[in-house]
Amino acid sequence: MNENQMAIEMTGVDKWFGTFHVLKQIDLSVKRGDRIVICGPSGSGKSTLIRCINRLEEHQQGRIVVNGIELNHDLKRIDEVRAEVGMVFQSFNLFPHLSILENCTLAPIWVRKLPKAQAHELAMKYLERVQIADQAHKFPGQLSGGQQQRVAIARALCMNPKIMLFDEPTSSLDPEMIKEVLDVMIALASDGMTMLCVTHEMGFARTVADRVIFMDAGQIVEENEPEAFFNRPQHPRTKEFLSQILSH
Amino acid sequence: MSFVRETYLLETPPPGISVGVLGWLRNNLFSSIGNTLLSLLGLYILWVTVPPLIEWALLDAVWQGSGRDACMVENAGACWAFVAAKFGQFMYGRYTFEERWRVDLVFVVGALTVGLLMIERMPWRRYLVAFGLLIYPVLAYVLLTGGQFGLPAVETSLWGGLLLTFVVASVGIVVSLPLGILLALGRRSKMPVMRVLSVIYIEAWRGVPLITVLFMASVMLPLFLPPGTNFDKLLRVLIGVTLFSAAYMAEVVRGGLQAIARGQYEAASALGLGFWRANLLIILPQALRLVIPGIVNTFIGLFKDTTLVMIVGLFDFLGSIQVNFSDANWATPQTAASGYAFAALIFWIICFSMSRYSMRLESRLNEGTRRA
Repeated sequence: MNENQMAIEMTGVDKWFGTFHVLKQIDLSVKRGDRIVICGPSGSGKSTLIRCINRLEEHQQGRIVVNGIELNHDLKRIDEVRAEVGMVFQSFNLFPHLSILENCTLAPIWVRKLPKAQAHELAMKYLERVQIADQAHKFPGQLSGGQQQRVAIARALCMNPKIMLFDEPTSSLDPEMIKEVLDVMIALASDGMTMLCVTHEMGFARTVADRVIFMDAGQIVEENEPEAFFNRPQHPRTKEFLSQILSH
Repeated sequence: MSFVRETYLLETPPPGISVGVLGWLRNNLFSSIGNTLLSLLGLYILWVTVPPLIEWALLDAVWQGSGRDACMVENAGACWAFVAAKFGQFMYGRYTFEERWRVDLVFVVGALTVGLLMIERMPWRRYLVAFGLLIYPVLAYVLLTGGQFGLPAVETSLWGGLLLTFVVASVGIVVSLPLGILLALGRRSKMPVMRVLSVIYIEAWRGVPLITVLFMASVMLPLFLPPGTNFDKLLRVLIGVTLFSAAYMAEVVRGGLQAIARGQYEAASALGLGFWRANLLIILPQALRLVIPGIVNTFIGLFKDTTLVMIVGLFDFLGSIQVNFSDANWATPQTAASGYAFAALIFWIICFSMSRYSMRLESRLNEGTRRA
C-alpha cells in the first residue's frame, strides 16, 4: 500500500493508566477517506484510542503514524499533527470567553497565520455549512447543546484538517438535537473526509461507516463492514453488546 | 382518561409585588417583631455615632490657622489646619520644592491614562494600554529621578508622602501580576524542576512577614554584597515588596487556573496551539477573569502594606503624617487624630475606588459569556 494513502497507522499500541492496561496491542490502519465508527461498552478504551491519535493521551508502546508523521516526544511535530487532525469532544469544549466567530478564527490566525480577514471569511464559510452563521456574534453560553456542537465541528473544520476525530459527539445532547449534529457529520462524510467516530449512534454507523470496530477491555474484538457487523456479528461479546443496545 | 390541549397558554406577568416607600419599609425593615427590634437598634447606633462624628469632623473643626494656637480653642474638633499646612509634605515628602511640578505632572498623566482606560470602547484603547505599560513608566522614572534632559536630580531618599506610596504600590502591582502568573504556571507545570522551584519560591516568601523582607532588603542585604556596592534603598524595597506580593499573586492565579476545565486545555491542544499560546489565548483570559476579586484583594493589601516601609526609614504617606505629629508648632490634642483621620480617608478613597473598578470590570467581562 502506498504510504501517502495512509492517514493513520497504529501498530502494537499499548497504554496504561497507572497500572491499568487500557489499550492492548492495538493495530489499526486508516486510509484516506475512510469512515470508521468505533463502539463498545464504557471503559473499553475507545475514547483513549482516538485521543492517542492526536496525542491528548500518550501511548507507551508501539507506533502511531499520522499523516506520515510518527508521534514521539518531538513536541513540534505533535503540534504539526494536531493542526491536521480536527477533534470534536463530547462536552463541546468551546471557549466560553470568545464569540462563536472568534472560536473559529483563533486557530487559523494563531496556528495557520492567516490574515484576520481571510480567517473570518473561512470561519463564516464553515459556520454557514453547519447552518449557524446567524449566531456568529453570540457567545457559546447563549447557544443550545446541538448548536454548540455544530460550532465545535465548524471550529475544527476551519483548520482544514485531513482527519476528523469525533469523541462521542452526541452523547450529551437532547434527542431533538442529536439529529442536527448527525446531519452535519453525514454531510461531512459524503464530502470524503477521513473520519473516526466513537459513537453509539448505530443508524449513523450503518449509513456512513466503511468499517465498524468493536472494542472491549482495551482491545479490538471485532472489525467488519457495517452490513456484516450488524447482521452477522461473529464474536459472542459483540453479539451480546449489539443485542443490548439494539433491543430498545 | 385522556387530555389534549387545544390552545397553548400565553405568558402572564408575575403576581403584583407591593411597591412604594412604605411597602419597601414594611417588607424590609419591619416585617416581624424581631426585624423591627433590629431595625430600631440599628437606627439607635447610627443616632449615637454619626452626629458626634459630624460635629468633630465638620462643625467644630478648625479649618484655617498657621499654628497650634488656632486649634487650641475650647471644645475644638478636628484640626484640619494642620493637614492644610503640611499638605505638601504629605504629598511629596521632602521632594525638592521647586521640582514638585514634576511629581504633579506624573500624577496628572497617570490619572488621565487610568481615567481614559476606564472608558469602554475607547478608539485608541490599545495604544493607551501600550503607553501606560511601556512609555509611562519610563516617563515617570525620568521625571521623578531627574539627572537627564536638564532636569536636576532628586535623590530617592528625598521622596516621600503619597508619591512614595504610589511608587511602591504601583511598581509592586504592575510587576507582581506577571511574575505571579509565571509562578502559578510553574507550580502547575509537569516539569518537576519548574514545579519544585516555584513551590519553594512561593512557600519561602509567603512564610515570612513583609517586615522581615523589608529589613532583609535594607539592612541585611548590603552585608552580603561586596563592600562598595551600594544600590538605592528605595530600589531594594521595591524589589522586596514586588517579590513578596508575587508569591501571594501566584496562589490567587493558581486558584483561577484550577477552575478551568481540562477540556479547555484539550480543545486548545487539539487545535494545534502550543503551551504558551493555549495559556495566553484560552486559559489565562478565563482564569484571571475568575479571580479578579482575589487579585484586587491582593492589590489592596499590597497598597496598604506599603505603609510598612516606614520601619526601614522611608516616609510614605502615613509616615510623613506621623513625622509631623512631633512638630512643636502644631502640638495640639487633636493633631494626631486629625492626621490619622486624613490618612484613613485617603487610603479608603483609593482602596474603595480599586474595589469599585474591579466590580465594574467583572460585570463588563461577564456580559454574555458565563452562561455555559
